[in-house]
Amino acid sequence: MKFYFFHLMPYQDIDPDFLEHNKSSWINLPNTYYDPKKGAKLYHRYLDELELADTLGFDGVCVNEHHQTAYGMMPSPNVLAGALSRRLKKATIGVIGRALPIVDNPLVIAEEFAMIDNLMEGRFIAGFVRGIGCEYHASMTNPGFSHERFREAHDLIVRAWAEPGPFEFYGKHYHFQYVNLWPRPYQSPRPPIWIPSQGSTETVEFAAHPDRKYTYIITFSPVASVRKNLLAYRDQCEEYGYECPPEQLGWAMPAYVAETDEIARKEAAIHIESLFNKFIMSPAQYKLPPGYSSLGSYKAVMEGKYKVRENYLTCDALIENGMFLCGSPDSVVSKLQEYQEEMGFGNIAPMLQFGTLPAELTEKNLRMFAEEVIPKVKHLGVLKETVAAE
Amino acid sequence: MAEHTSETMTLAGCEIEVLRGGKGPPLVFLHGAGGAHNWMPYMDRLAEHHKVYIPSHPGWGRSDTPDWLDGMGDLAYFYLDFLDAVGEDGVHLVGNSLGGWLALEVAVRATNRIRSLTLVSAAGIHVEGVPKGDIFLWDADERVYNTFYDPKFAEARLAKQPSEEDADIALKNHFSTAKMAWHPRFYNPELQKWLHRIDVPTLILWGDSDKVFPLAYGETMQKLIPGSTLTVIEKCGHLPQQEKLDHFIAAVTTFTADHNGGA
Repeated sequence: MKFYFFHLMPYQDIDPDFLEHNKSSWINLPNTYYDPKKGAKLYHRYLDELELADTLGFDGVCVNEHHQTAYGMMPSPNVLAGALSRRLKKATIGVIGRALPIVDNPLVIAEEFAMIDNLMEGRFIAGFVRGIGCEYHASMTNPGFSHERFREAHDLIVRAWAEPGPFEFYGKHYHFQYVNLWPRPYQSPRPPIWIPSQGSTETVEFAAHPDRKYTYIITFSPVASVRKNLLAYRDQCEEYGYECPPEQLGWAMPAYVAETDEIARKEAAIHIESLFNKFIMSPAQYKLPPGYSSLGSYKAVMEGKYKVRENYLTCDALIENGMFLCGSPDSVVSKLQEYQEEMGFGNIAPMLQFGTLPAELTEKNLRMFAEEVIPKVKHLGVLKETVAAE
Repeated sequence: MAEHTSETMTLAGCEIEVLRGGKGPPLVFLHGAGGAHNWMPYMDRLAEHHKVYIPSHPGWGRSDTPDWLDGMGDLAYFYLDFLDAVGEDGVHLVGNSLGGWLALEVAVRATNRIRSLTLVSAAGIHVEGVPKGDIFLWDADERVYNTFYDPKFAEARLAKQPSEEDADIALKNHFSTAKMAWHPRFYNPELQKWLHRIDVPTLILWGDSDKVFPLAYGETMQKLIPGSTLTVIEKCGHLPQQEKLDHFIAAVTTFTADHNGGA
């Protein structure tokens, strides 16, 4: 199993009462809540944490993209990947991911990813997402074209990496006379691609396709839904006629490890609750603009999921439903063993900083996870022939 | 209630529903974002004066959602085909909100079938410094309250439990509205350059308390369309045909009667 420390970089210094005067931490939360002096310090602290993960032996570190929100300060994750690229000695960088449909020129993403891949001499993972609904309000990208633009931008980027240029590309949304990428990616024909998802049949069919075999990462979901989606992906691989290897499956979740279950809960509770009840908060119409998903799933989501989310999510409830992996090293190890055996994933992307979790607890969490969890589970989800080769 | 029928028409591979009723000079009503698949009192009242056609746009109501529907230009050409297919000369074209924008897109392309144009709280243009309402960030209740001046209308609307079909259609309409109007938000930057081409009598009707497109939009539209007149309805929100039905009917039918040519 491989371990990637995933950072969301929340603007954790925000006035804790911001939701008393605002509906949402996204889109139109006034940016006067952001203090650049505090923000600058946070950027450096968070980068230090990612660099620490490298020295602690994590296989990689991950950043991602969100706009106009206190939830994450990374509208351009590639800037941070650039900053990290000269500092990481062994770890891989995953940008998981860039929201393809919301840019008008996807070749910019192809170029920047190729640059990072060169700087990292191949220790780079490219993540592609559609971007959550809020990004469509912030960027004014028409959600009704989200799926089309994702597919088309994806095709363009992957061809730009793999095919000799120049060539022409004329799609419905993107039109180029000369596609001719400088630099070409370091990895050939291209960097590995991860598809973070919250589970949709369309995404599973797309990512598992034999032409692609992209690593499918379930994010921010109760364990029941992680199980359902990862198994659906494995079934889809079988339907395509091949067995899904562990490295093609992953799970990204907030995690906290401490000396005992009790200490872990006590230290993490208010911070994980700040993530799920404040930083992530926005009304349904912010998260789900019309056309972003099909009529049927829109209806189901509006009626189901978001109604549930209206309740305050406690730390205990989050641990209970498996959205938050929290406890002593033994507890976390045994859960990971159980889940891994059942679901067969080969990648874990724990978010070891979340919400208002302060620097000292984040560092403690990183160290305990690296020293007391990783060594006990890293042999799981590794193909036997790979072990033999080592 | 006047007799009315529901018919289907197929144009450009797309089947649409058209509500029809009344006798007299032909009037085509282009509905707004909320659609018009149920026969409403304003349709009844218009049908006392006109032979009315109320099509549900491609993507709305019980009409198909064709693969070719990507933007307002597609709807504009569809309705040029529609006017040819209906075959009426001298149509009074009335459009509300998104339907008003559509009427403008049709009229800048060709007015040969059109006798007069009535724009009711119409989308389609941008007025610098006058923010529009954001129907996509409002929740379902806010959308209703912000549609009316008098909250009683909103309360009455919200008190009604929609049928399953109506609820599904409302969602479908909302999706199609986003596809047409998400970006640029409820307007076409090119349109403003060509509104001078409109060479038919034009009435612009606006509620003084429209929270979706404030009155300044009506005032600007009046300046951009040669010879047009603006009539403001007091204590009225975005849907005069519902909130001020008598005013709406009087304004529209007086105007169409003045422009019925030899009829």
